[in-house]
Amino acid sequence: MNQIQNFTKGFFKESPTFVLLLGMCPTLATTTSAINGMGMGLATAFVLTMSNLAVSLVKDLIPDKIRIPAFVVIIATFVTIVELVMQAFVPGLYEALGIFIPLIVVNCIVLGRAEAYASSHGPWSSTVDGLGMGLGFTMALTILGAVRELLGSGAIFGIHFIKGNFMLIFILAPGAFIALGYLIALINRIRKTS
Amino acid sequence: MEYFVIIVSAIFVSNIVLMQFLGICPFLGVSKSINTSIGMGAAVLFVMTLATIATWLFQYYILNPFGLAFMQTIVFILVIAALVQMVEIILKKVSPSLYQALGVYLPLITTNCAVLGVAILTIQKDYNLMEGTVFAMSTAIGFTLALVIFAGIREHLELMEVPKGMRGIPIALITAGILALAFMGFTGMA
Repeated sequence: MNQIQNFTKGFFKESPTFVLLLGMCPTLATTTSAINGMGMGLATAFVLTMSNLAVSLVKDLIPDKIRIPAFVVIIATFVTIVELVMQAFVPGLYEALGIFIPLIVVNCIVLGRAEAYASSHGPWSSTVDGLGMGLGFTMALTILGAVRELLGSGAIFGIHFIKGNFMLIFILAPGAFIALGYLIALINRIRKTS
Repeated sequence: MEYFVIIVSAIFVSNIVLMQFLGICPFLGVSKSINTSIGMGAAVLFVMTLATIATWLFQYYILNPFGLAFMQTIVFILVIAALVQMVEIILKKVSPSLYQALGVYLPLITTNCAVLGVAILTIQKDYNLMEGTVFAMSTAIGFTLALVIFAGIREHLELMEVPKGMRGIPIALITAGILALAFMGFTGMA
């Protein structure tokens, strides 16, 4: 598989959110608006890319038996970096995403890619894989965030199209489940026909 | 009274699965039958309570005195992973029957974001050790409650005629949405 395919598989064919159904917790919790979804996605994408690179560099040094704890420590290191950087430069977004920034550690996409891809591929393809998957996740979260924001408050990225609150339920908890349910059904339908 | 507020709020008002979106993976994955849901719930209750106590002690007796609060994420995940391994080994030796019942769920729990989430929330909310323990236990009960209700609905859903495109995950998510809507009725109670 060439690098372009390797990069683009995360967007549609193996989309972590819509096809593999990984990392559901942040997907549902942080997509109250398009910008929050995008922030969460980018934070995850950074951790995913860097941890894939680090894992592929040190994979030969780690004994097979303790590789999972070792991967978790590598991931947790990058999560801590993201946490501190976001706290310093985008405190508003950091507050809005709250507990879900430290919880990137237990996001199955990150550990999943480290175990399934980076531990058996070279640094260059692992980085591309992490970046592709991460940006695919970002795209999915931004779409879901945009849909919920549009239906819930009549706006996308804070730009209002409809005055006043529209269907408030979509930015509350139940709307997350319902919007994602219909989006996955729609994607399944598109995948069947194409 | 204070404890009562913590319990009601953790089980119903801000239910961990339906209102805070933690532990969605087991919620969608394990909740196919009521029996497995109860097993999973019991395992989570056990680990979540122990993990919250352990991480609380680490936070207040090791991280804070040495000014290492920024290491929270790394230390907590390691403590939880080590704890789950330890519980598994001890349970295997001490009570094989309990191990039989909970064993398969234990490895899954390390990556369950609800456990790490509750440990961090306990610190963020400035609970003392007793309040933290009560909070963790009632959160786990709330998790089990959501899982069991959802499993009950899904057992019935199996027999229903669902439109082709909606089968599987989409209908499960929409069902969860309606369940979350029901839980919103508790808002404002505590």
